[in-house]
Amino acid sequence: MSSDLQDLYQEVVLDHGKRPRNFREVEGANHRAQGYNPLCGDQLTVTIKVEGGVIRDIGFQGQGCAISRASASLMTGAVKDRTREEAEQLFEQVHKLVTEGPAEVDTEALGKLAVLSGVSEFPARVKCASLAWHTLRAALRGEAEPISTE
Amino acid sequence: MSGAEFDVAKVRADFPILAQEVRGRPLVYLDSAASAQKPQAVIDAISRFYTHDNANVHRGVHTLSERATAAFESAREKVARFLHAKSDKEIVFVRGTTEAINLVAQTFGRKNVGPGDEVLITALEHHANIVPWQMLCEQVGAKLKQLPVDTHGDLVLDRLDELLTPRTRILAVTHVSNALGTVVPVKELIRRAHARGVPVLVDGAQSVTHFPVDVVDLDCDFYAFSGHKLFGPMGIGVLYGKKERLESMPPYQGGGDMILSVTMEKTLYNRVPYRFEAGTPDVAGAVGLGAAIDYLERVGLEAIAAHDRALLAYAEQVLGSVPGLRILGQGRERSGVVSFVMEDIHPHDVGTILDREGVAVRTGHHCAQPLMQCFGVAATVRASMALYNTREDVDALVRGLHKVREVFA
Repeated sequence: MSSDLQDLYQEVVLDHGKRPRNFREVEGANHRAQGYNPLCGDQLTVTIKVEGGVIRDIGFQGQGCAISRASASLMTGAVKDRTREEAEQLFEQVHKLVTEGPAEVDTEALGKLAVLSGVSEFPARVKCASLAWHTLRAALRGEAEPISTE
Repeated sequence: MSGAEFDVAKVRADFPILAQEVRGRPLVYLDSAASAQKPQAVIDAISRFYTHDNANVHRGVHTLSERATAAFESAREKVARFLHAKSDKEIVFVRGTTEAINLVAQTFGRKNVGPGDEVLITALEHHANIVPWQMLCEQVGAKLKQLPVDTHGDLVLDRLDELLTPRTRILAVTHVSNALGTVVPVKELIRRAHARGVPVLVDGAQSVTHFPVDVVDLDCDFYAFSGHKLFGPMGIGVLYGKKERLESMPPYQGGGDMILSVTMEKTLYNRVPYRFEAGTPDVAGAVGLGAAIDYLERVGLEAIAAHDRALLAYAEQVLGSVPGLRILGQGRERSGVVSFVMEDIHPHDVGTILDREGVAVRTGHHCAQPLMQCFGVAATVRASMALYNTREDVDALVRGLHKVREVFA
């Protein structure tokens, strides 16, 4: 396998793609948004329970490719117990990571999310990796319209 | 049409783009249903037009304008001959299939479809043959109905007669499904629609590339196709309409070329087909399309059809041997494309890995989301074949799919 493919489909990505964590609807969620990628028809729903400005619980549901499922799954783990502001900052960092590459961000601070760095070599797949994050932000901001990657 | 032997190696040599490597591997182009590659003859014709003959058409008295007009009208004659139309006045140049269908919806449709009337389409349609009709129905208060598809990807023809009601004003149907490859028996649909007095538009975007089409034999009222899928340039397409139909229709866009005379009070519209060609047309595009038709006729339309049929049969056979692969669309007759899903692997992941193997396929919903819903999938992988594809291309696809399975093992 070529090295950029190996970077894209790392073990952690494949694992989260196959067995996504927090693949459920959050009970008593007070934030919710739908994300939609019109290029491929993929869609996902993010549900969040926020208390005192902190994300207490988060889940996602829907269908998508290995990259979008892995990104969503890793995201739910990364933003849990973080404040809304911290989640927004993570959004910015991940967005930079998948569009500009690992050299542009502090990958250590990203923890497990750093496995998404391979996406930057595949411009056609950036939307797969960022769909969950756009949906998270929309849910936190309470935007009513379904979020589209376009 | 020549009956000469079909030599795929010779054909490939006519398409310069195919002689390149992608990601360090020979390009395997299996996405011609999205857009086909162009033979050198087409590229040269466009270049020649801009190098020697370029000028605006239908208005200058100077030599270049006369040449450009002759080239444009000669392309129209070639298209008419290609479709076996009775007259080149039945050929309207548009930007593509999408514009052709919008034109019919907004001219014929606005004139003939009213509140409570019905437009009938089918479950196999591309968005280009759904959305223009939805827009029309919304504008005039009509109902959009659809003929369903069965689990094989064939239309349920038993339902046709009940869906053709006294309120049906037009039937719009694809000739070949872009997502499944199903060949629709349009001649039968047209006969049954006409028996109820319903005119028929056929979306020919995926058919003209694979087999000869005779609009008089089909007896369709409208037939639409795109140049770029027929090995011609992007930005040019064709609407065929029976002359009496076209003559009964109001103009589409207003502007130059579509008028006989203009005063501030009143405009006299030009005769068909010019009435529907407002503004400066894509003359070079039409010239390129004419060159593509010449090229295909030199190779031989029947020979191309035989090649495409044999290659599709081979592809279906060898893809069937890939574990976990399910082909969607097992209609009675198929053409050009094979659409499939792989167990537990999303089409986008398949497409990315195949690209790294030099294999170009289309992944996604193929602009046919309602059809995808019928099959319970959001997306498929689609390999589409053309006259320049070989068994080796199909073998490279299969090797790539085994690689996909390794990554996701």
